Parts: sequence; C-alpha cells; structure tokens
Amino acid sequence: MTASPRALLEVRDLRVSLSVPGGTVRAVDGVDLTVMPGETHAILGESGCGKSMTALSILRLLPAAGRVVDGSVRLDGTDLLRLPEDAMRAVRGRRVAMIFQEPQSSLNPVLTVGDQIAEGVRRHQGLSRRAALRRAVELLEAVGIPDPSRRASEYPHQLSGGMKQRVMIATALAGEPDLLIADEPTTALDVTIQAQVLELLDQLRRERGMAVLLITHDLGVVAESAQRVAVMYAGQVVEEGVTADLFARPLHPYTRKLFAALPAVGKRGGALEVIPGTVPSLTAHVPGCRFAPRCDQAWALCRAAAPGWHPLGRGQGVRCHLYAEGRDRARSLPPGPAVVPASMAVPRDVTPTPLLRVRGLQVHFPIRRGLLQRVVGQVRAVDGVDLDLAAGRTLALVGESGCGKTTVGHAVLQLLRPTAGSVRFDGEELTRLSGPRLRQRRRELQIVFQDPYASMNPRMLVGDIVEEGMLAQGTLPDRTARRSRVADLLAQVGLDPGATDRYPHEFSGGQRQRVAIARALAVEPRLVVCDEPTSALDVSVQAQILNLLRNLQDHLGLAYLFITHNLAVVEYLAHEVAVMYLGRIVERGPVGAVLRGPAHPYTRALLSAVPVPDPAGGRAVIHLEGELPSPSQPPRGCHFHPRCPEARDLCRESYPETVGVGTGHRVACHLHPPS
Amino acid sequence: MISPVVLWTDALVFTLVGVAVVFGLYARRREHLREPWRRVARSPKGVSAGTVLAAFVAIGLLDSLHFHPRLEGAEAGGSAEHYSTEVASVFDLLVWPLRERVEKTYSAPFATHAYAKETIDLGGGRQAREYPRLVHGGAHLSDAGTRGADIALRSLAGLGAGIALWLALVGLFVAVPAARRGERFGRLWRALWAGHWQWPWRTFLVTAGVLLTLVTLGVTLAGTYHVLGTDKVGQDVLYQALKSVRTGLVIGTVSTLVMLPFAIALGISAGYFRGLVDDVVQYLYTTLSSIPGVLLIAAAVLMLQVYVANHPDDFESLAESADLRLLFLSIILGVTSWTGLARLLRAETLKLSQVEFVLAAQALGVAGGRILVRHILPNVMHIVLITVVLDFSGLVLAEAVLSYVSIGVDPTTISWGNMINSARLELAREPVVWWSLAAAFFFMFSLVLSANLFADVVRDAFDPRLRGSERPA
Repeated sequence: MTASPRALLEVRDLRVSLSVPGGTVRAVDGVDLTVMPGETHAILGESGCGKSMTALSILRLLPAAGRVVDGSVRLDGTDLLRLPEDAMRAVRGRRVAMIFQEPQSSLNPVLTVGDQIAEGVRRHQGLSRRAALRRAVELLEAVGIPDPSRRASEYPHQLSGGMKQRVMIATALAGEPDLLIADEPTTALDVTIQAQVLELLDQLRRERGMAVLLITHDLGVVAESAQRVAVMYAGQVVEEGVTADLFARPLHPYTRKLFAALPAVGKRGGALEVIPGTVPSLTAHVPGCRFAPRCDQAWALCRAAAPGWHPLGRGQGVRCHLYAEGRDRARSLPPGPAVVPASMAVPRDVTPTPLLRVRGLQVHFPIRRGLLQRVVGQVRAVDGVDLDLAAGRTLALVGESGCGKTTVGHAVLQLLRPTAGSVRFDGEELTRLSGPRLRQRRRELQIVFQDPYASMNPRMLVGDIVEEGMLAQGTLPDRTARRSRVADLLAQVGLDPGATDRYPHEFSGGQRQRVAIARALAVEPRLVVCDEPTSALDVSVQAQILNLLRNLQDHLGLAYLFITHNLAVVEYLAHEVAVMYLGRIVERGPVGAVLRGPAHPYTRALLSAVPVPDPAGGRAVIHLEGELPSPSQPPRGCHFHPRCPEARDLCRESYPETVGVGTGHRVACHLHPPS
Repeated sequence: MISPVVLWTDALVFTLVGVAVVFGLYARRREHLREPWRRVARSPKGVSAGTVLAAFVAIGLLDSLHFHPRLEGAEAGGSAEHYSTEVASVFDLLVWPLRERVEKTYSAPFATHAYAKETIDLGGGRQAREYPRLVHGGAHLSDAGTRGADIALRSLAGLGAGIALWLALVGLFVAVPAARRGERFGRLWRALWAGHWQWPWRTFLVTAGVLLTLVTLGVTLAGTYHVLGTDKVGQDVLYQALKSVRTGLVIGTVSTLVMLPFAIALGISAGYFRGLVDDVVQYLYTTLSSIPGVLLIAAAVLMLQVYVANHPDDFESLAESADLRLLFLSIILGVTSWTGLARLLRAETLKLSQVEFVLAAQALGVAGGRILVRHILPNVMHIVLITVVLDFSGLVLAEAVLSYVSIGVDPTTISWGNMINSARLELAREPVVWWSLAAAFFFMFSLVLSANLFADVVRDAFDPRLRGSERPA
C-alpha cells in the first residue's frame, strides 16, 4: 500500500477509541486505506468490526464517546483531522458527502424533499432560493425519480424506502462531492430496489468521476459494484485487493471462512462452514493476531505476535503470518473455499402427507377515515394464498417487504385472525378454534422471529423465557424436571446450561436467536414458522443458525415455514418455495425447479437482482421499474403488470389463472395460459 | 400502659411502607430494577436529596404512630387508667415541650415579650399597657436584656454538639470499613474527602451533618424560645411546621396508592385487549379529565363535611374525623389524577403488545392475564416509577392550594395549607405577622425541592434513552 500521488483519500494508521462503561474499546486500530478518484472502494466486514467508525472519523462525525487517537486522513493532501472545525464544515458535503443505511431517519419529516436538497445546494453553491429549488429538481431527476418537480414538493413520508434513499443520494450530490461515503446504503432495501440503487451509484460514479467508499457486510454487493475491497476484522484491515482477485483467491483465513459460510446451492445437504467462537472484545490489548482464537490454521506465533502487513503484488495485501517473507507461499495457499460435493444433497423423500394445508387465506385490514371512523377501504395484505407443507419439510415463502409474507406466517399461527380462508393443521381447522382449545393447539405450532433483540422480554431470565411455554401448556408440572429440560434444550441449541440465570442482553444476536429457537422447541412443536430468522445476523452467525435449523429438522422431523427474502438461504435450506407478490402467490414448486427454471417474470427478476459474490459472474440483471404498489389499491389485472417487462394487454385486464408447468410447479402468469 | 390508636391514614401509610419494602426485596434480585437504583445512589444530587427526603419521611412515620396519652391527674378514679380523648403521636413525645408550651397569642421568633400590648393590672388600681413577658419563651431569663448573649451561647452549644456528633458519625463510617479491611484510618479518611470512595458517601455525610446540626440547634434553642414564633392561639409555629410534614407526605403518598391500581389495571388492559375494553377505559378517562378536578374535589369534601356533621357519634375524637377528611381528600385526589398515568401506560402497552416477545408468548399459548403480568407490567414499571416520583411534589403543593380555598384538609389538621390560609389574615394586620407563612413556605419548599431533585435523578436513571449506546454501531 504505497502512497500514490494521485490518491484522493489516504487514511494512514487510523486509530479510534470509544469510551464505554467498562473501559475503552479500540474500535479502529491502525487502518490504512487509499481511495483513487473515480473508483468504488468497498470496506467489507461484519457488525462491530469498526467499518462505520472508520467512515465516520473521515468526516469527523464520531459519536460523543468516540475519539481519534492517532493517524491521518488526507483528502488531496490536506489532513482532515488537523483542520479547524470551521474549515471542516466546508469539506463535509462539499468535498465528501455521506449517505446512511436508514433513509427513514436521515430525512427531516417536516420539510419537503425539495427544501432539504435545496438547503444543501444553497449552502454549497450560494444560489438564490428559487435557483436552488430548480437545482434540487435537476438532482432528483439525476437520481432517477420520476416526475421530479412534483416529488420535490412532497414530504418524506409520501415516498417509499427506495425513493428516500434516492433522495438521500440527491442530497449528497448537491455539493458535487469528490467522494461519497455510502454506509450500508442498500441494507434496508429489497433486492430489486437494491439493484436499482447500486446501479444508480455506479452510473453517478462513472458520469461524475466521483469516488465511492462503500461500506457493507454483503459480499454480493461488493462483487457487483466495487473495484477494490478491504476486509476488516476487529478494527483492522486484514486483507485488501482488487475485487476480482480477492474473490477469486481469498488469502486471509477469515476471508476464506466468510466465503465458505455463505449458503449456496452447491452446499445443499452438507453443513455450512462456520467460524467458531465470536469476535473478541476490543477492550483488552491483544498481543497476537486478533483472529487467532477462531482460526483453524493458527500456530504459536499467531498468538504471540501481531502479524504485519504483507503486500503480495497487484495491489493485494494481507495481514497474516501465513504470508510472511520466507514462508513457502505456495504451500500456505490452500485451494479455494472447500465445497461440499453436491452429491451429498439428498433431499429427504418423505411421503407428503400435508401437515399444514392453507386454502384461500385472506387477511384484510380495514382503512378507517373521518370523524366516524368509517371503513373506506381494505388493505389486502394477504389475498388468497394456498400452501401445503408436509412434516419434516421446509417451505420457503419468498418476497419483498410489504408483500404480506409475514402476515401469512402470523395468520397461520392465528396470531392474526384471517378474514377468510382455511388453515388446516393435522386435519383440524385452526381458524374456528378459540380460547383454551386454541391455546392448547399452539404447542404444535411455534415461531422464531427476525429481530433477536425484540423477541425476548428483557426483564426475564433466559431460563424463565425457555420455560414459559411449558408452564403455559402445563407440560412438566414438576419444577426440577422442567429445569433439567430447559438445560437439555439449551444444550440442544448449542448454549451453555449456565445461560439459564442470565438476561437476554448478555448474549450476542446469534446466541439470542438460539434461545428463541430453544423457547420454540420447549413445547415440542411439529411446525415452526421461521420469520426471517437470520436476516439480522452476520454471515458467519447466519451459517451457525442455518446449520442448527437443518440439524433440528433432521433429528426432530420439524416442518418449517421459512419466511425470507434471501434466495441464497432458500437454495440452501428449502425443499419447496412459494414466491409472493402483493398478497398472492405467483409461483410455487420444488426449489430446484423454481430457482433453476423460473416461470414467472417476477421470479426471474428477483433471482437476477440478487447480488452474487462472484465478480466474474457477468449475469444480466433484469431491472424492475418502480416499486411494490400499495396493497390497498392493487393494480387492475395482474398485480405485477406495471413493473413487468413482458406485460401485454391481457395482463392489464384479468388476473391470470394458476397453471401447472411441471411436477408440483405452478405459476400464475398469462405467459403460461391454461392449456 | 398506653392505648394505641390506628387511624385510617396510619394504616395506609404503613401499608405503603410494606409495599415499598416488598418491592425493594423483589428489586434486589432483578438486575434491571437494581441497576437504575444503583445509578441513583451513585449520583451526589440523588444522595443529597434522598437524605433530606429520608429525614422528612422519618418525621412523617414517627408522627403516624398514634396513641391516647394517659391522663396524669386521674389517679382518684381507682385502678382503671384513664386516657385522654386527645390523640398524640410518638413524634409528639419527642417534641412534647413544643406541644405543651402554649402562649396566649402571637409572639415573634425568639421573642421574650408578646407581640401585642396588653393592659396589665399593676395592683392598687393602677393599670398599664405594655408588652407582657411570655409564659414560656425566654422565661428563664431574669433580665430580658441578656437575650442576645443567651441565644448566641445556646447556638454555639448547639453548633458544637452538632459538629461533635457529626464527627463521631463520620469517624464511625471510616473506622468500620478500616477495621474490616485492615486499612489505615487516615488513608481512608483522606480518600473519603477526596471523593475516591465508590459511592458518594461524602455527599451523604455533608447533608447528614447539616441536618444533624439543625436538630441540635433546635434542641438547645427551641427548649427555651419559640424559634419560629407562635400563632394566633399561641401555639409554637415550629411545632406546626413539623406536624405538617406528615399531612404533606400522606397526601403525596396515599393519593398515589389510590391512583396506582386504577392507572395500571385500566391503562395496560386498555392497551393490550383493545376493542371494547379500550373504548370503555378511554371513555372513562376522557370524561373524568374533562370535569374540572377542583369541582370534583370540592363536591366530595363538602359532602363528607355534611356527613361528619350529621354523625358526630361515629367518631371517638376530633382527630378521627379530621383523619377521615384527610383520607377522603387523598382518595379523591387519587381518583382525579390516575388518568394521566393510565394514558401513558395505554400508549406504551399498545406499542409493547406488537413487540415480538409478546407475540411469542401468545404463540406459546400463554393466557392474556399472565402476559399482562409477566411481559407487559415489568416493561412499563419504569414509567410508573417516574410518574409516581414526579407526581408526589405536585400533590403536596395541591394540598396547600386546596386548604387555602378551604376545601382541603380539616381546619383542625395541622398542615402547611392551613398555615398559609391563616396567614391570609396575619399578613393584613399591622404590624405584619410573617413567621407562619415563612415557616410553611420554608418547610414545604425544602420537601418539594428535594422531592423534585430526587425525581430528576430517578427519571434519568430509568430513562432508557439516557442509558448510552447499548448496541454497537
């Protein structure tokens, strides 16, 4: 990493510490970065690795507890860390702009979108109010917002999530910055919207010669959009290189593990590679390599001395003793990530006696308006869904946010009463049950939620949380028996029995998700609804949870209704898949058939929009126009036709019938007319 | 030997103490409840205000142990002991001289002579108009001219005794841990004053020292003088101000006790069950909060007054009927003030009932009532606590205002409100009698100020938003 004379941004030996009640956290510990003009440089890392802190300290926007201890941040040769605050304000927005993960909270809800962009324009370019508003409209157009002059006079709540992120980008562009720092810009967005935003960022970079520092945890996003990538672990850059090289030949054991932990179709049937242990606490000084405790190639030296930076040519470098001078590099380079042979993927052939049978499920929420709270319309969150799920099988329900997939999960469990339709579980109609009979039935249907922080009562001990279901169901009235069952359950999900006497906040996200699974298992369910159980987790932890879920299914014969937006997880775990769009299922069938030969244009677009962690992939993304329409006013005819690249007149008039296109593969699309 | 009396408010006050103790024991084992209290104990502001509050509470509790004093002059009646129909408290025993040394009428603080001239019979048909000597105030002085020196001497003695006691207390505080840990006394002593101890003992000791000195000063001075003067009927104003502490505390706490069950039960069930329950509760509190509170209180208190007047036989003593009125006032204040907390709790419960851990409990088949108790209630407890502490000072002030407009406590109950009420006339006369108002103001001010400061600290400690970054970025 020699300093290049034409580098736009050079970060050298940056050290940031955060003071917390227990001491000082070295959030960033000696980070070097070089960003060239006009390139997209990605910082890749899991949560807590210090990637956001690095970005915030470039703009000197650290939280109150944070402090830059050492290092320099040079923008075109000027050290930003030594600038007076006054001069720094001129840099922010004008030279370096930043966009954040949550477009929701980055916009002021009481100002119009146009005013917010114009504010930046006026400050940076000194234009009059009217000229600034005109410029704001131009910027909105540049970020691809249709009808920009009307949108400029709207308020943030009138825009969708993807639209807001575009507005945020427009705000960032107002000062015509040389460097745009994008902190997880697409994490809160759906894949089809994510593809749009990434494409927009790339287009702006090419047109304006603007450099982008992209901070992300998503290997796929890096592969799609970055030229160079730095991998961070525990406050340090452990590996850096040209994206294509790094993805083709990851060097650091951590990077290799990350790739191996990604669920993919080739790994079906086998267990995913996991990184044992957790990220070390950054409060203590670690003498050796920070990854050593979790590294399977570590030896004595790794624990004794911190590895230096070893450049390996072509701009690639790695912080690992394996690549020190004098070591036989050829030997230390193992072949790429280990792939479990596909032959191991034997789908369990269970005779499909449907355990769960859903027919014509509808959940409508009334919209009330006016003084008398009259019902003026219905939000058709779920509008006629059919599902079948056999014991020991996994049905994945896939769709973008707002398509109603979570509502389906809740309606199956009767947490929400369906408006119409039938939910038969083991031959019994659940929608007609109520009171104690329903409560009794509940032990056979359980749920694991997405957010491991919200899904547990922070005021209860883990032991009480796991025990609660047994108490409510009256199974195991004896206290000692119950306690030993709790310990067994915790052991079953891979937790220490000592966890019973601790509070949920003492655990990491992955561990909490294990507790949530133990709580569901406590009542011996036959069906578990998994509502995005891994989407709040890091890749390496996600692998652990997916392995656990698969393991439990093999041993206990559980059926999973797996609600997700992550198609890689679907490929790895599911037997069947159902794709939802605006409250209806547009395509369903066995996983192989649907993902390999998608019949519906929406499924095809969804599949193509998923970023693939392979820069050489060269796939064509089908860009969907616009966003998910409101379920209160679904479009006439086929719900998908306004965004469908293959829409015809017929699509605008009538909703297509569902037809079979293969064994168990059914699709609702006019491209596949009933024969 | 003595004949104890349990007044209604006494029973409620001690119930409240019991509830607080049970809650304390419960919180000891719950980290999420213990931690904020530890934070309160770590804040010097909280410790200082808490110490002052504790002093007030001690006075109030001692003043809530009531009995009929034995009549001394009744031996002639034979073996049976005779008790006064009057009701006194343990606190009265401590300050018995203050209670008994009644002058004829007004006298200024530290006065030896009355505040108004009287016609004195000099014998032999001669009469003179002059300021008569007081019966008790400064009665030990043969020459009223030496009053200044006497006061100075007694103040010095009080100050000295206070400081000596305080030094002994501090010494004990340092010596015990020094002996236990085997450390040198001097080192610990210096560490204490440098503020190196883990808890703010320094603040506690300074506050306690100030209070202790005030007490010893009171002991040396109030024994022979009316430190804060006397009122119209010659009663010691210091005594009245001290007795008013209980009235204020009862109003502040018993109203809360009455209000909490309504607010919690109605608030969280409205938020959780929604539908009809929610409609009924909302109807109830919007109706109640649109009736002016003062009207409701006036109506209730006047009704009670009529009842007491019509049923004189139901009450053994004046104290009992006055106590009933105090209780009634607390209840009606509680009934009119639960709506605010209920509204807060309903909103918070609405939010909580959509959180996933509540859904998970529903999915496990946990019954509704159990979800309320185990999942909702512990998660709204911080709101309850903050509201209770914040409302306390408001209720103490409300008593003063209500008594001022004569719909508060019984005129025979000693309260700051009644003291202020009588000050209305005292301020209008010439020369002005200012000490009743000043005493009521000073005592009420210190109680409310320390309660407010304490509430501030409690709110900060329980507010999750001020608890710093909990999740890593």
